[in-house]
Amino acid sequence: MSLPEPTQRPLTQHVDHNREAYNLAEYEAHGGYESVRKMLTELSPSAGLELLKASDLRGRGGAGFPTGMKWSFVPMQSEAERLANPMQKYIVANADEMEPGTFKDRVIMEGCPHLLVEGMIVGAAILQATTGYIFIRGEYIEAAEKLNRAISECREKGWLGKNILGSGWDFDLHVHTSAGRYICGEETALLNSLEGKRATPRAKPPFPQVSGLWGKPTIVNNVETLANIPNIINYGAEWFKGLSLTEDAGTKLYGVSGRVNKAGCWELPMGTTARELLEVHAGGMRDGYKLKTFLPGGGSTPLLLPEHLDTPMDYTHIGKIGSRMGTGTMIMIDDQVDFLGALKNLEHFFAQESCGFCTPCRDGLPWVEKTLDKIIRGKGTSADIEWLDRATVNLNMGFTFCAHAPGAMGPLESALKYFRAEFETRIKLHHSETV
Amino acid sequence: MTEIDTQLVAQLTEQETQEILKLASHYDYPQAASIEALKIVQHYRGWVSDESLQAIAKLIEMSAEELDSVATFYSLIFRSPVGNNVIMLCDGITCWMHGCEQLKNCLSEKLGIDYGETTPDNQFTLIPVTCQGACDRAPVALKNMKLHTELNESSVLALTTLESQNRLGGSK
Repeated sequence: MSLPEPTQRPLTQHVDHNREAYNLAEYEAHGGYESVRKMLTELSPSAGLELLKASDLRGRGGAGFPTGMKWSFVPMQSEAERLANPMQKYIVANADEMEPGTFKDRVIMEGCPHLLVEGMIVGAAILQATTGYIFIRGEYIEAAEKLNRAISECREKGWLGKNILGSGWDFDLHVHTSAGRYICGEETALLNSLEGKRATPRAKPPFPQVSGLWGKPTIVNNVETLANIPNIINYGAEWFKGLSLTEDAGTKLYGVSGRVNKAGCWELPMGTTARELLEVHAGGMRDGYKLKTFLPGGGSTPLLLPEHLDTPMDYTHIGKIGSRMGTGTMIMIDDQVDFLGALKNLEHFFAQESCGFCTPCRDGLPWVEKTLDKIIRGKGTSADIEWLDRATVNLNMGFTFCAHAPGAMGPLESALKYFRAEFETRIKLHHSETV
Repeated sequence: MTEIDTQLVAQLTEQETQEILKLASHYDYPQAASIEALKIVQHYRGWVSDESLQAIAKLIEMSAEELDSVATFYSLIFRSPVGNNVIMLCDGITCWMHGCEQLKNCLSEKLGIDYGETTPDNQFTLIPVTCQGACDRAPVALKNMKLHTELNESSVLALTTLESQNRLGGSK
């Protein structure tokens, strides 16, 4: 079939919660798997990679690393070499959506599971990967079932398996369900977990592109990243860049949660402002609640203030004002939330989810939580605030094995910067009571 | 550990063994099925006993110690018995702002148990769980791995009604 006209919402055009997700026949009738056909019949792997690079797609898991560049480190074989003796390579979807406040990958996997499967097959065709895994958190049972169904349909139809479309290329895909640990979202911890080990991160280098799953070249990308690839192959890099309002290309699945009128997740042009997300799409704060501060993209992104609402939500702009766009799902904290309690809730999460491998993280994060608890209970002193200040240095980048503890320091450091008076007031209250 | 009693694998039912081997066939190394194997046994038995753990380890060619290091790492694997129904309340930041602690107090009062405890009649275990990725429908909970959203004090108490289907749902 020929391709339908391109859409402004390539990730969610087929998502409709009022009906079942498309099965393979319905998905194909709407242009599904055309990118795989194009990749295998018209484009060479290197042409596919060039398209991906030219699209400026950046990783949607939180770090925003350019996907084409990441993929360019995977060793490639010539076609003759590959047909004679294909190198074992893996492509892995990171569907371990566990960043607090993040509910976007679920929308794709439950709403249009075939889009992720297509993204993985076309991605694998670019990389000439041999096997793929969708690493999904254990609680996403419905999503895992739908993905398994989509994969079975594809095996039957020949989109997966041996000699796909007569190309001489074999590829199979499996769903791997996890059992509840945030650290599995860190790509090297994910690989250890997928191998059946404790999910502790690995040292880099070597990077997974060269030595990943079982020591073989491996690409790990977030669900939303992979779901963008079919339409980039179909409609091209310029179309993809044109979807955005800013320099960072494409659309983005944004979300808003907290005490707002209509919490939700929407696909919008990259660079939509936080204000538009809050006021137009989420219907503003609920009556009687005023926005105090917000986490722009999940629990590990530094806090921003109402004065930052007009900043475009993309990697570049949010980076410039001292935070990270992260997953793009914003958590709105209102004026009636116990702010230090909310901060303790976040630090409790990070302390609990430390894998325990390196000391600053394993011992430091519970200490941060205890210190916050002490201040909240009115037992804190100014030395405790100073200790928290030191933690934001000693648990940060360069002092820990992976980015888990530095992520936990994002909200803490920004809280100490913007709301230091709240810490000090709790301590003064205590002293005036005890004197 | 090199030698495990070969009788151990017989501790697993034929059904469990077949399901585990089927998943293990997805990988070049059967150890990669460790979490899913633990979940299969838990699906049928509610939790993973030492005997089950050793049997699984034998089947997927791991030492029992190594498999236990995996089992104890992941929060959805239970290495001690739980009630017939497991209620997990999300304590993520958005659910916390939407009053998950009050919901927990309602459940605790009704069931007479705290987090990590099981009712004396063995019907309910109460556990906190991390952000469930449903923040637009907060506050949320899982009962036997099924998501319940937009909870309030009365709907959370409705989770304490008994169902005939009461095993922790694993995905296979």
